[in-house]
This record gives sequence, C-alpha cells and structure tokens, in this order.
Amino acid sequence: MRSIRVIPCLLWRDGGLLKTVRFDAPTYVGDPINTARLFNDKEVDELILLDIAASVQEQGPDRSAIAEVADECFAPLCYGGGIRSLEDIHDVLEVGVEKIALNARAVELPELVADAAARFGSQSIVVSIDVRTSPAGYEVITHGGTRRTGLNPVEHARAMEARGAGEILLTAIDREGTGSGYDIDLISRVTAAVNVPVIAHGGAGSIDHMSAAVRHGGASAVAAGSFFVFIGRHRAVLVTYPDQAGLDRIG
Amino acid sequence: MIIVIDYGVGNVGSIRRMLRRGGAAVTVSADPELIDRANGLVLPGVGAFDDAMARLKATGLIPLIQRRVLEESIPLLGICLGMQMLGRRSDEGSMAGLGWIDAETVALKVEPRRRVPHIGWNTVTGHNGNPLFAKVSPDDRFYFLHSFEMRCDDSSEVAARSVYGDAFASAIRRGNIHGVQFHPEKSHGAGLRLLSNFARAT
Repeated sequence: MRSIRVIPCLLWRDGGLLKTVRFDAPTYVGDPINTARLFNDKEVDELILLDIAASVQEQGPDRSAIAEVADECFAPLCYGGGIRSLEDIHDVLEVGVEKIALNARAVELPELVADAAARFGSQSIVVSIDVRTSPAGYEVITHGGTRRTGLNPVEHARAMEARGAGEILLTAIDREGTGSGYDIDLISRVTAAVNVPVIAHGGAGSIDHMSAAVRHGGASAVAAGSFFVFIGRHRAVLVTYPDQAGLDRIG
Repeated sequence: MIIVIDYGVGNVGSIRRMLRRGGAAVTVSADPELIDRANGLVLPGVGAFDDAMARLKATGLIPLIQRRVLEESIPLLGICLGMQMLGRRSDEGSMAGLGWIDAETVALKVEPRRRVPHIGWNTVTGHNGNPLFAKVSPDDRFYFLHSFEMRCDDSSEVAARSVYGDAFASAIRRGNIHGVQFHPEKSHGAGLRLLSNFARAT
C-alpha cells in the first residue's frame, strides 16, 4: 500500500498564488482558493500553504484567507507564514488546518516549538527549514531566503525534534523552481539524523525525482510547487497531480 | 440533529462540512439544550491530551454528555484525540480521561523504518459487519496524524486495526460509543462514507 505522501506546496502573497525560482523572481500564477479546489478534486494527499508575504514581512496569518481554502479543500492542510505565537497557532488550527509550520520563529524562539507541542501535540507542529548551499556547506536561511542564520540544517532539525517538532519540511533553496531534482544529499543527511517524518521540497521535475527523494533520500513525503501548478492559456491556473500509477512509482 | 461538541479543540468546521455533504443535519455547539436533544454526538480532538481534557472539563458538559451516551445510549463518535479521551488515561498527559472505554493510550514507539508521528494515509481492516464501516473496502485509505495509540483491555472492543510497523487499533466500539483514530473529515470519499454511516445510525 502506498504510504509516501505527495504534497502540492502553494506559495501565496497578497491573495495571489506565486511561483518562484530559488526563492526569487516571483510570478503570479493564479488564485489560491481556486487552485485548492482543483487539488481537492484530485483528492491530494495533503496541501501545504505558505504565505510568503506574512513570513517575510512578519505579519500574522490571514485567517479568513486560510478559512477560504479550508472551505474548498477537504484534504489535510498545513499552513506556514508569519506564525509567531501560541495564539497564532491556535487561530490557524481552529480555522480548519491540521498542521502549522514554523520557520523563522523556530530559529528565533525555539521554546515556542516546545510550548506548541505541549499544547497542540507534536503531530500538528512542523518546522520548516530552508537551506542554501555554499562551498562552506549547508546553511539554514530564513525570511524567504534573505536572512542567514549560521545554522547547520542537520543540527537544527535535531534540535527542533528534541523540542517536540513532529515533522520537518526541508526545502533546498538552490533547487526550488528549477525542476532539476531534489537535493538528495541534503535530504539523506537530515532523514538520518531524526526520527520524525521529513518532507522533501525543492527541485521536483519528475516522478523519478520524487521516487529518488524517497528511496535514496529517505523522505517520508515529497512536496512540489512548480511541478504541479502551471499557468495555462488565458492566464488560468492549471494543476496536475500524478495518477495512481505515478503515485505508486513514488513509493 | 447531530451535535459536534464545541470545546475549543479540533477541526469542527471540517467535520461539520463533511457531515453536511453527506446530507446530515449537524451543528457545532456547546449549548446544553442542543446536546440534550441531539440524536448523535461527535467528540472531535486535535492537540494534546491534557489540554483537551481540561478544555472539555471547563465547558461543564461532561455530566450531560455522559448521561446521554452511557444512560440514554445515543451514538457518539470520538475522532482522533476525541477517541483517545474516551479511555481512562494517556501517556501524553497526567489528567484522567473520560473512562467510558476500558482502554489506555500509549506512545507509538519509534522503530527502524517507522517514524513517529504516524502521518499519512493507511488502510483499515477487521471491521466486518460494523455499520460504521458499511461500504468501506479494504483498499480505502484514511488520513492518520497521531503519536499515540489506544490499547483496549478487551480486544473485542477494537473495531478496526491498521498496520504501521505493528498493528494498532484504528477504531474502537462499545455499543453506541464509537471511536476512530483517523480523521474521516479529511479522508475524502472513504471519510464521507464513514461519516454518512454514522449519521444514518443517529
């Protein structure tokens, strides 16, 4: 039985769905609510919503926008973007979301991860880790790829697991939007270091890439943005999701 | 009318939406009058055991719900943490559970090739003849999101099992009291069928 989750990841800003490449060059793709509905029709395993404006500008989550997606999409949802407090987490979960993702805030205030896990349960707390590669190695970067932390992603993932994070969303910034394949080395280092599920993200261009992230990287789930969402003619958003045969090949 | 108990915990909106999609009359409420007249109750739960038990206690509704469920035998469906709260205790916390099912909840153990929490889709078996699972086939998958599993003293009260590394109880039942470890409100077609089955029994 297929147990690997295949998860569209939707980036949104100011009410619009975006695609980026290496976290840069944002292009408007369409309406996130409509896109969520299209994925709902395909019975997706889960959906990740990342509000990159809320994240970069340190605004709170837009509850009514999240609620609109939850109204249209019956798939399990994870939301990230601008979550800074237990109240924020409560407000977002209440609207109809199963999991929330902490990114910058988990770096700034690791105690929040522990407090959130105690109150809401580890299963609802995802730590999102964006990683850039340099000759010096891997580094965790926050705020949409703009702020360096000096942290190593493997150590950061371990620390977050120790605090109570139930899942890691691991994004390779340098692969994101390129379709050149996941960063298998990065993924395998993180999956070897933790016992919580790891969602691989950044670089998916094919089913084979996804399968490699699972078989060679040890990922429990694969997420993708650009791979699943297209700009159609007439600027309409189109979505694609693997058929059963494709899903079975991933794992 | 089915009442989804509103105690500040759980994905009540999604549960209501899914029940309505199946044609049920359903409201999310903490109103004792509505609970007193309900044909069926749903106890949702997302979160951590102690926090949820404390919030449920704080509503003052437990004695009423207990009378309706244990004395008047109206159908009750506990979902995820809501199912675990039906037992007497949980490894996740120090507060007592409702104790309406002779069971306790223990941590899922991390094992090689088995990460915890259990997050994802899984099949459910062993529910033959249980009307809650009518038209649910062995290939149907439900969405799980949990770090703890329920262990019943009496294995005949395990209504369905799933395998994640080892087997665990994915549903329990004692007469009119049902519990499911998975989230039917997020399990697409199979979840809709199960929730509709529950509605039909109320």
